[in-house]
Amino acid sequence: MTDPVTPDDDVMTLPPLIPARPARPPRAVSATLPNGLDTLVVRRPTVPMVEVRLHIPLPAANSRNAAASTARGSLMSSSMLFGTAGRSQEQLANDLAMVGADLSVSADSDRLLFATAVLRTGLSTVLDLLADVLTSASYPSPEVAAERDRLGQRITMALTQPGIVARMARARRLFGEHPYAQTMPDPAVVAGLDAATVRRTHRERVRPYGAKLVVVGDVQPATVVKQATAAFAEWMGPPRSSRAMKLPDFEPVGITLVDRPGAVQSNIRIGGSAVGRRDPDYPALKLANLIFGGYFSSRLTENLRERNGFTYSPHSGIDNSAAGSTFLVDADVASDVTARAVHETWYELGRMALSPVTQDELDLARRYALGTLAMSTATQAGLASTLSSLAGQGLAPVWLAEHQKAVAAVTVDDIQTVSHRYLSVSSLATVVVGDAAVVRNSLESLAAVRAPE
Amino acid sequence: MPVRIPSLPAHPLHRLTLDNGLRVVLAPDSTSPVVAVAVYYDVGMRSEPLGRTGFAHLFEHVMFQGSAHLPKLEHARQVQGSGGVFNGSTHLDYTNYFEVLPASALERALFCEADRMAAPLLTQETIDNQIDVVKEEIRVNVLNRPYGAFPWLQLPEVLYDTFANTHNGYGDFVDLESATAQDAEQFFDSYYAPGNAVLAVGGDFEVDQATEWVQRYFGRVAARSTPARPPFGEPPLAQDRHAEVLDPLASTPALAIGWRVPDPVDDLEAFLPYVVLSELMSDSDASRLEQRLIHRDHLAIHQSMYLGLFGDPFDARDATALIFQAHHGPNVNADQLRAAVDEEFQSVASDGLGESELARVQARIAAQLLRQADGVLGRAQGVAAGELIHGRADFAADLPARLAEVPAASVATAAGRLLAQHTAVLELRPGAGR
Repeated sequence: MTDPVTPDDDVMTLPPLIPARPARPPRAVSATLPNGLDTLVVRRPTVPMVEVRLHIPLPAANSRNAAASTARGSLMSSSMLFGTAGRSQEQLANDLAMVGADLSVSADSDRLLFATAVLRTGLSTVLDLLADVLTSASYPSPEVAAERDRLGQRITMALTQPGIVARMARARRLFGEHPYAQTMPDPAVVAGLDAATVRRTHRERVRPYGAKLVVVGDVQPATVVKQATAAFAEWMGPPRSSRAMKLPDFEPVGITLVDRPGAVQSNIRIGGSAVGRRDPDYPALKLANLIFGGYFSSRLTENLRERNGFTYSPHSGIDNSAAGSTFLVDADVASDVTARAVHETWYELGRMALSPVTQDELDLARRYALGTLAMSTATQAGLASTLSSLAGQGLAPVWLAEHQKAVAAVTVDDIQTVSHRYLSVSSLATVVVGDAAVVRNSLESLAAVRAPE
Repeated sequence: MPVRIPSLPAHPLHRLTLDNGLRVVLAPDSTSPVVAVAVYYDVGMRSEPLGRTGFAHLFEHVMFQGSAHLPKLEHARQVQGSGGVFNGSTHLDYTNYFEVLPASALERALFCEADRMAAPLLTQETIDNQIDVVKEEIRVNVLNRPYGAFPWLQLPEVLYDTFANTHNGYGDFVDLESATAQDAEQFFDSYYAPGNAVLAVGGDFEVDQATEWVQRYFGRVAARSTPARPPFGEPPLAQDRHAEVLDPLASTPALAIGWRVPDPVDDLEAFLPYVVLSELMSDSDASRLEQRLIHRDHLAIHQSMYLGLFGDPFDARDATALIFQAHHGPNVNADQLRAAVDEEFQSVASDGLGESELARVQARIAAQLLRQADGVLGRAQGVAAGELIHGRADFAADLPARLAEVPAASVATAAGRLLAQHTAVLELRPGAGR
């Protein structure tokens, strides 16, 4: 035991900050299987579990088929586990659960993603079941029809959520005719789908070329590569283009107001073009985003929440999608302060673009970025999701190490340069969902208010 | 064939109690260079006095508003500026505060937590500011969204009788708006004594060094008397209860059913079969209710069955409940859903579980517990909650083995007891989208 403690105010000085050790990049084994599937395996035996991610590109081919593509991808992903040539839905579900797995399948505008954790002892079973689904998912007609109705109801429910309405309105404003404007399947298009269409979509789109398998956990990588090679041997199909359409230009002028009569809060959503992980501006943009609104110790949180009490959880971030990256600002504020909250948000954006941040602000954001990067890859699940997301954009795990170095080198001048480029109010679109009768008048004192597209 | 279930890696626990009564649990583990600090205070929504609904949660916010040596916003800056993350949350029976940071920042995190345990800044200005913030939190999570906080905010009124169990834990705006600095000082004085708290530290550190820091920073917090904790248990329901709520923003109906279950602390052995039963009924695509309500009978859009209002079976004391929740189409009524759930209970009660069914549920339970244990925060929180609620820091570590030993016959008995008892039913009627 230690010395007896005396109440002495000297001990209550803040302990010095000892720099954290940089995170070691994970040692990943990569292999391209004979069918073209890229596989990445990391041994991380913290618990006797394994995390599995399979990312399959699924972009819409063009604007014309965007709505259909989104609807088909959505119904396909939610019907995919309804059985295979050799297993009923119940058998498949049971076989997965017997090894502790709960396989999820989700689709967005870029990809189809399979994700599960599984007991160490059940990995080969999960890989076999996954392969069974990929090669022979059966999409039985009555079950697909029932799921189509449920999906329609889930979409209808989602459309009553103000946060979802706001996200859709911003996506329409930013992306116009681009498939990214389809953040939610159109219920009318979903209603017209049938099992035959879903089966055809699977045949045409669910292929190994361009797909990325990530396995992290209590495994021997060489064994996993062998197991995956055997499991996925029958999953074939010629390569197909998976290039995402270029993002369109948008008109940043004016505030789009979506009326939600009776709303007791307004959802402010701002967005504009940004750059992705390969761009030399990215490390500085990532830190500029943190300083502006990307974490609790940001200017936006200090202003909107801690000084003014306008909102609970204001936030900004960078969305990295296949077709391009987007800078996003979200704040849900009391109706009666909506225009003031937009004004304060614009003020903070302007301050980023026009004046240098302090060295202290930069250092704080930098340590946070490096620390949370290390933490997010400290668990099996976190590492698997990070590597899967990087792999989906064609980036190897070494990107993590390079990115850490680049973040360490960012200067105050760099922050100002990227803030001027990507955080200028004049290049961002602003959308508000709220009770127009309450908020329109005051918003008009800030900018022209326009109706949603 | 059942899969072999691997066991949790063993991590040693070191317990000590400081002179001021603070219970401390150290859980060293050097698998990654990260540490977690969790402070759990034995006060939650159920301890709020009449006229002060939502105060436990409001006070949680105020605890981030500065302390003797850290001005407002500094707590966040110290933690995040060290490369870490933080949060706090308010539960029925406790309020917790936690940080995860690079291992090199442990001393700093302990300093920050100790400083606000000793002397948080409780000014009317910061309280007024956080009342506004909490009102926006309630608007975003409850008032401005369909199904907001359904059913955790509405079902207790049907399921229980006492103010402690039925009141709105987020808080009525009238109560929140009248909160004063004096109320906060009283609340702090009553409930935030070191003897009413548990500190857990997990991750990559030396036990001797961490002990010294804990003594240095927390040891100086003066001892205060700890409050008596009234029992919050209630007698079983004497008849079936039913209520309806209108949700003006919802587009489709929803249903919640609550059953009282045994005391999870004093009668753990009787409680554990209900944990297995809820997994059997509702976890994963293979579960009884997913098969029955979604895939076979097409009665629900979504179903879930879980223990505890917030879905964690082990984070509340008595009284607690098993809850079933479903969203369903307008063409289905609550009685049909209720009948289907009862039939599944009946089938478990009369026919028991198939051998592979029990193996399946055990594999899922093990996988979920193992996954939760991967990550220093999950482990530190498990240790702290185990010590606070169950009086045993190693509660979470024992859980996989205990759940694996629950016999199928006990699960069947539990299902039979649920069928025999009175229930609380809450129907949500949609007011929008029609």
